[in-house]
Amino acid sequence: MTYQKPNFRHPLAPTNNLGLSRREYEGALSTLCAGCGHDSISNAIITACFENSIEPHKVAKLSGIGCSSKTPTYFLGNSHGFNTVHGRMPSVTTGANMANRDLTYIGVSGDGDSASIGLGQFAHVVRRNLNMLYIVENNGCYGLTKGQNSATTDLGSISKSGNANKFSPIDLCNLSMQLGATFVARSFSGDKDQLVPLIKAAMSHRGFAFIDVISPCVTFNNNPGSKKSYDFVREHQEATSNIDFVPMQQEITTQYDAGTTQEVTLHDGSVIHLHKPIDGFDIHNPRTAMRAMKDHQERDEILTGLLYVDTDPVDLHDVINTNSKPLNSLTKEELCPGNKTLQSINESLR
Amino acid sequence: MTTPDTMVQHYHEVVDCQYACPAHTPVPEYIRLIAEGRYTDSYMLNWESNVFPGVLGRVCDRPCEPACRRGRLQEEPVAICRLKRVASDFKDDIQSRLPKIPEEKNGKRIALIGAGPASLTVARDLMPLGYEITVIDEQQKGGGMIRSQIPSFRLPDTVIDEEVGYILDMGVDTRFGEEVTSLKSILDEKFDAVFIGTGAPRGRNLEIPGRYDAEDHIHIGVEWLANVSFKHTNSIGEKVVILGGGNTAMDCCRTARRLGGKEVTVTVRSPFAEMKASPWEIEDAQHEGIPVLDNHVPVQFHCEDGKLNAIEFQLVRAEYDAKGKRSLIPTGEDNVIIECTDVIVAVGQENSFPWIERDIGIEFNDWDMPEVDKITYRTSHKKVFVAGDAAWGPENIITAVAQAHQAAISIDLFCNGKRLSSRPGPNWTLVSQKMGIHEWSYQNNVVDDERYAVPLIATDKALADLSVEVELGFDANLALQEAHRCFSCDAQTVFNASKCIECDACIDICPTDCLTMTHYDPSVDDVGDLRQRLTGPAANNEQPIYVSGSLPDTGRVMVKDENVCVHCGLCAERCPTAAWDMQKLLYTEAQAGDSCQK
Ligand SMILES: Cc1cc2nc3c(=O)[nH]c(=O)nc-3n(C[C@H](O)[C@H](O)[C@H](O)COP(=O)(O)OP(=O)(O)OC[C@H]3O[C@@H](n4cnc5c(N)ncnc54)[C@H](O)[C@@H]3O)c2cc1C
Ligand SMILES: Cc1ncc(C[n+]2csc(CCOP(=O)(O)OP(=O)(O)O)c2C)c(N)n1
Ligand code: SF4
Ligand code: SF4
Ligand code: SF4
Ligand code: SF4
Ligand SMILES: [Mg+2]
Repeated sequence: MTYQKPNFRHPLAPTNNLGLSRREYEGALSTLCAGCGHDSISNAIITACFENSIEPHKVAKLSGIGCSSKTPTYFLGNSHGFNTVHGRMPSVTTGANMANRDLTYIGVSGDGDSASIGLGQFAHVVRRNLNMLYIVENNGCYGLTKGQNSATTDLGSISKSGNANKFSPIDLCNLSMQLGATFVARSFSGDKDQLVPLIKAAMSHRGFAFIDVISPCVTFNNNPGSKKSYDFVREHQEATSNIDFVPMQQEITTQYDAGTTQEVTLHDGSVIHLHKPIDGFDIHNPRTAMRAMKDHQERDEILTGLLYVDTDPVDLHDVINTNSKPLNSLTKEELCPGNKTLQSINESLR
Repeated sequence: MTTPDTMVQHYHEVVDCQYACPAHTPVPEYIRLIAEGRYTDSYMLNWESNVFPGVLGRVCDRPCEPACRRGRLQEEPVAICRLKRVASDFKDDIQSRLPKIPEEKNGKRIALIGAGPASLTVARDLMPLGYEITVIDEQQKGGGMIRSQIPSFRLPDTVIDEEVGYILDMGVDTRFGEEVTSLKSILDEKFDAVFIGTGAPRGRNLEIPGRYDAEDHIHIGVEWLANVSFKHTNSIGEKVVILGGGNTAMDCCRTARRLGGKEVTVTVRSPFAEMKASPWEIEDAQHEGIPVLDNHVPVQFHCEDGKLNAIEFQLVRAEYDAKGKRSLIPTGEDNVIIECTDVIVAVGQENSFPWIERDIGIEFNDWDMPEVDKITYRTSHKKVFVAGDAAWGPENIITAVAQAHQAAISIDLFCNGKRLSSRPGPNWTLVSQKMGIHEWSYQNNVVDDERYAVPLIATDKALADLSVEVELGFDANLALQEAHRCFSCDAQTVFNASKCIECDACIDICPTDCLTMTHYDPSVDDVGDLRQRLTGPAANNEQPIYVSGSLPDTGRVMVKDENVCVHCGLCAERCPTAAWDMQKLLYTEAQAGDSCQK
């Protein structure tokens, strides 16, 4: 009569390069509705971090407000976390990142949190190319406040109460490309084969990596006529290509057919393999991606997969030339170099 | 592919303990009743399946425990056997719950030869159906080897008296003190059927030089134990060597310790790891300061004037050929001579049927054992049935009980003029346990506790008196804690593919990685290959895999590896559409009367 996750795990469960089991990457038991897409995304994040052997204490997870923004409690229980206010995750993450550039930043937000109240913050964090993974758990509604339409609800999508949405949606992938994002992808919570490698690649990308994950709200937006239901997404999803991710430390063992597989090497040496890409799609050209997305949207189809990547990005630290070390590691001597240095600065300005 | 009609069999296999129990006792259900303090209900549930819960709760060979799922996730399985004893110790008077015996009999008379657990089970099953039962045993009391062999420090007489009494008091006609010397003469008494439950009464001998030079000091284990049990023997010399590594040897050495043996040593031919005795019996013996010497092959008794001085051993080591067949190779070291006053030979038991005439229609096989059908337990004589140790050699009590239930079904079918092959199927129900949100009517939280040890009496007190029971049994509190270790493997994960929306919630939450959704076509794909691509490594081929029908959205299937499911119910808890449900399987084997009377 209790609701607790047992402590037993599979006796043959593997450990990663750090000797950690998957369990070390789990969080508290979710309090979201049973079957919520968001829980699936939490699990994809756990899998990606576990398989990539990321040290849990080197990750910071930040979020805003919403069911989606609650989820950082449910993964990476041994990492740093900050639950900010509605729509304000980008600015708090910017501050944290400026202070400590050595952490991996995972921002989790919702379509309401990012496309409605937080749209301004979203725009600026993209154009600044902050080094982070930004995930929008996109259910096309305000789940936490009982399912009102959001700014990503598709035109004509029928709500649970039976009304068709009359406003055009904001496509956050399209918008982020216009704003200069350097890694853009879309995925589906019900497709971990695609989502996990995307998250791994996004964490290896140095710069702003955006993943819009369609994540059905089973309680308020999984009804017939909804364009973000499990059924609809499954029927209307098309992937730009199949994706594999090979982290930097690991040797590439699988042989790929050069004709159908494209290799993308990220700055840290890890490699993304894209198999069977759709015709005429150029992963390094934002314009082809934007056009393809628009075409798909007009046909009521959802284009998923990796949409665009810049393998040589210039992130915010590069642009504003910050210190190469986290602020908390600077010594008093470095922070306060003394009167002699002050005098020489003053001298140089005379 | 698991189809609906095979599901009950699948679910039955999932309840590892019950499946491993020869009588298929509904273990998780009785453990649950103990946790609820319903000891009498728990006892009766046991009694129906295994007839001797108080006896078995102390001395059962417990094949259920090595099978218990907890043993795959923790060091030790649930103390299934010792919990059974709790039900027996704390129950109320059960007289009113025993089956009513019809005053008016059905006119069929059955003879049971031997009054061991096999015969008593047949009597228990047939008496309530109106049969007239006559039990014949050369001993003065019922119980068979339970009484004559198992020492009272493991199993007090009071427990035997009580449970044998429940059966004999049903109005069984007893002819105790009568040795059957001719089966023909029994058949001549015009019984409608005769059941042979005479066990494997003869202890195997060891013919080595000196064997007959000190008769009073060289004993056959089973005979010696029976003599102790019936108080014909009450002492032994100070230095005793036991030959043999089975459970009989363990009972002999511990009994010898209590009858005056100061230096008691067990010797076995094989390496220690291959001893036949149950690990816990060896442990108990060692706990009482009895060393076990392995790789010792006895070669000669040293006697003088009818007195035993020592026994000589050759030292060997075990070697195995490519097929794994063992041979014991002498090491070439000097023989070992152990001084002793007595030797007890406990090297096995044999059946013997000098009293069955070979010309009355019972076929005997090459081993001079009657040919017995593995399903019906009937010999080639249509009226003669055999079960227990008498059928295929020494086993244990629970096996004798399980076989005897089947023999009773056959006798009942036979006496009703039905075909023995039209046997009744099991009784089962499968009932949802859902009570509400986060609420299940079985205990679904999973505790981490390690196995609780049964309190023992101090060793010096135990050794001082043969009749003092060594184990004190769990108290109610310990029993409750141990009962909570049970995963309730009878709470089955029942899947309805048509409801699944493939949201992954069940797969994500499952603590032990049991679940996978994948493409699989049973008509072309290989199950072995399927096992390779599941969420968690499905390496235990002895555990079944559940494969659903195809899922509505993607045509994939839901696969569950049953191996380490802890029955926490989280898959069902997290499923938005109740495609998973936790349903309790209550499964019992059919018994005599299930097809004829109903
Ligand atoms: C030392 C020892 C310890 C054991 N410990 C355990 C234990 O801890 N747990 C466990 O599960 N099992 C144990 N066993 C095995 C268990 O006792 C037997 O498997 C079980 O009793 C077999 O039951 P049964 O009804 O087939 O025959 P038995 O119990 O052997 O009963 C046969 C009866 O038939 C009678 N009989 C035989 N021939 C005749 C005849 N011609 N005329 C009249 N009567 C006859 C005998 O007197 C006896 O009473 C032990 C066995 C031994 C030898
Ligand atoms: C400043 C402020 N305004 C409004 C709210 C009410 N509110 C809470 S969550 C939410 C929308 C969340 O939607 P989304 O980000 O899509 O998350 P979801 O629950 O759908 O995952 C709103 C409007 C709030 N908490 N704070
Ligand atoms: S309301 Fe919707 S988004 Fe929120 S937890 Fe429930 S299903 Fe998920
Ligand atoms: S955990 Fe309980 S139900 Fe499962 S095998 Fe062990 S005793 Fe039986
Ligand atoms: S009951 Fe369900 S969730 Fe729990 S271990 Fe078994 S399959 Fe996994
Ligand atoms: S939780 Fe239920 S609906 Fe979701 S995948 Fe599992 S069985 Fe299907
Ligand atoms: Mg939302």
